Amino acid sequence: MKVLAAMSGGVDSAVAAARAVEAGHEVVGVHLALSRMPGTLRTGARGCCTIEDSMDAQRAANIIGIPYYVWDFSERFTLDVVDDFVAEYSAGRTPNPCMRCNERIKFAALLEKALDLGFDAVATGHYASILTDDDGNRELHRAAAWAKDQSYVLGVLTAEQLAHSMFPLGATPSKAEVRAEAAARGFSVATKPDSHDICFIPDGDTRGWLADRVGAEAGVILERDGSVVGSHDGAAAFTVGQRKGLHLGVPSPDGRPRFVLEVRPSSNTVVVGPKEALDLAEVAGSQFSWAGRAPADPYSEFECHVQIRAHADPVPAVAVVRNGELVIRPNVALNGVAPGQTAVVYLGTRVLGQCTIDRTVSAVPAPTR
Amino acid sequence: MPVYLDHAATTPMLPEAVAAYIAALDIVGNPSSIHSQGQNAKRMLEEARERVAESLGCEPIEVVFTSGGTEAVNLAVKGLFWARNFPTGDRVASAGGRIEPSRRRILVPRGEHHATIDTVEWLERYEGAIIDWLPIDSLGRVRLDALAASLEEHDDVALLTLLWANNEVGTVQPVAEAVALASRYGVPVHCDAISAYRHLPIDFAASGLAALSVSAHKIGGPLGIGALILDRSAVVVPLIHGGGQQRDVRSGTQDVPAAISFGVAAQHPVSSFAALRDRLIAGVRESVPSAVLRGEPEASGRLDNNAHFTFPGCEGDSLLFLLDAAKVSVSTGSACRAGIPEASHVLLGMGLSEADARGALRITVGHTTTETDIDAFLRALPEAVARASRAGLNDRDVAARPGSVDA
Repeated sequence: MKVLAAMSGGVDSAVAAARAVEAGHEVVGVHLALSRMPGTLRTGARGCCTIEDSMDAQRAANIIGIPYYVWDFSERFTLDVVDDFVAEYSAGRTPNPCMRCNERIKFAALLEKALDLGFDAVATGHYASILTDDDGNRELHRAAAWAKDQSYVLGVLTAEQLAHSMFPLGATPSKAEVRAEAAARGFSVATKPDSHDICFIPDGDTRGWLADRVGAEAGVILERDGSVVGSHDGAAAFTVGQRKGLHLGVPSPDGRPRFVLEVRPSSNTVVVGPKEALDLAEVAGSQFSWAGRAPADPYSEFECHVQIRAHADPVPAVAVVRNGELVIRPNVALNGVAPGQTAVVYLGTRVLGQCTIDRTVSAVPAPTR
Repeated sequence: MPVYLDHAATTPMLPEAVAAYIAALDIVGNPSSIHSQGQNAKRMLEEARERVAESLGCEPIEVVFTSGGTEAVNLAVKGLFWARNFPTGDRVASAGGRIEPSRRRILVPRGEHHATIDTVEWLERYEGAIIDWLPIDSLGRVRLDALAASLEEHDDVALLTLLWANNEVGTVQPVAEAVALASRYGVPVHCDAISAYRHLPIDFAASGLAALSVSAHKIGGPLGIGALILDRSAVVVPLIHGGGQQRDVRSGTQDVPAAISFGVAAQHPVSSFAALRDRLIAGVRESVPSAVLRGEPEASGRLDNNAHFTFPGCEGDSLLFLLDAAKVSVSTGSACRAGIPEASHVLLGMGLSEADARGALRITVGHTTTETDIDAFLRALPEAVARASRAGLNDRDVAARPGSVDA
């Protein structure tokens, strides 16, 4: 096959590209330029897409012996990931930009361009596995290296996208093994630190970055019964589950700390309450997709596991498609889920599908005043 | 062997230049040393300087070797700007080390090379320069009416800098007319002749220029050496300080082997590439009728090695990738930052839309190019254009978000 290896300049994608070559594919390395004004040097473990990262990717491609190019997707990235991130926060939701990037850039803009230019597949350094069922359908599964598993952020992939995706690191039991292999191959990036945080916020200060971009207007902080307990400088700066930085003037009736339960951008209000009120009995979203083959009967409840963050533990749940929504009821209450987050549904190790959460039901009914 | 059609980026070294370079690596002695071996190195260096001078119609003393074209441009533009504003060290010293520049204005056409653009923007940011960006016409030629108006309007012009011929689209610039206009106002002119050198006749003595930049690797000489031709009456403040070599304008031990090799390339007989270029242009027009030739269409007003086209609906990097896979090396023509092609400021200055500007390819021939090379390119091109056009532009909206997919 003709395979495009997306190379970030990190150790994982370099090893993935090398393995694709050894699997007998004709491989070309491509680094995605996602910013028009890239930094020159990497700073610590934060961020990516600097010129240094591009050079690291190129040096790895040189050692593997494959052609290497930089493709500019900065405009699409700005529109689909960065602007989307700001818009979602402004609307009181908590998006996952890595997921959006997979959905719109790596496995959409890049994949489409690759297919049009004559490639058969895109290979990345994600820790996830693609298996084929008895009928030849491709399934997305967790990686063998559970600690590094990234199947969650790939949950948005559809059958069509999975058909042209390749994750050569899926069966590797640990990241240490990947690093050792990189060192054995002579890659300079073998000891490069893992990247963290959001790549387009290089200093890691998400709140400060958002404050510069999301309009902030003073408003009130309410209890669930509607009583005013404080004020804020802009509702969009708050996240569900947040405890610190509320500066409430009125102590809670029971003297226990209060947490952000809800952000309402339309009225510029923040709702707080006790920790247990964060527990959710149900999450649902009308924006859902199946990663590969859909369940035989999604309109009847089926047992599954649900995961609501990249590194959260999966929770046993029952799911069903009802009234155009994927509705998920966890057996154990989910804690601190914000609208905009993605719920990924698993059957064992298999990713079944996902929805963007736009509706939640608390496990603890709100008291009335 | 891949077909190489990117001679404007760099052209292979001439065999004579390689031979001279290798032989010269055995020379012992620093040309600034007093002993006989030093003097021998100096003799060979000066012979090389004479050869370069002869190729440009200037005096040997006017040839200042640099590390390449970019350094030559920096030395000319910054050096002239500083010299026009801070004429003597005494004046600066008496003003406590800092005086306000009085001739702050630099006249620059929009289509210049980044060596010039980034230099004047640096002067604007750090040295108080004012930049007058002169418009270019739809063929990439500087607008003389705008130049005349700017010269007439301002009495604080430090210098004019312009290309001899545009390095992307190949359009020859009206250098003589520009110098005639500037000289009426006593404004010194620097010309970046890096892409024109050995493609167009250059007579520095007759040009009226204060300074002119050239580079060796564009003419079959080695990388890492160029020259600023600096009129003996022109004054520049140096960028590099040290041993006072080369008229005190460019300190540093001179690279004798590179200079010798440069001199050999400078003496190599000039040959015209116009027939190859015309075959290329005609062939592209025939095989891809939608392609649009950019720059001066008249043969005499265009560099003899340059063909430049835009391909509507195609991304230049897609074309480049597909042609590279077909073993043909060409360029998008525009500057890269870490391999990221930008929409060309030259094409934008010529009035193209960003979308049109993205589909650019520059194909340049040179002394190793054969008709077979051109035919190989022309065979690969239609398929590449068809595929690139299917892939479209990188900013296209490829997929709707997964909506409520009813299973």
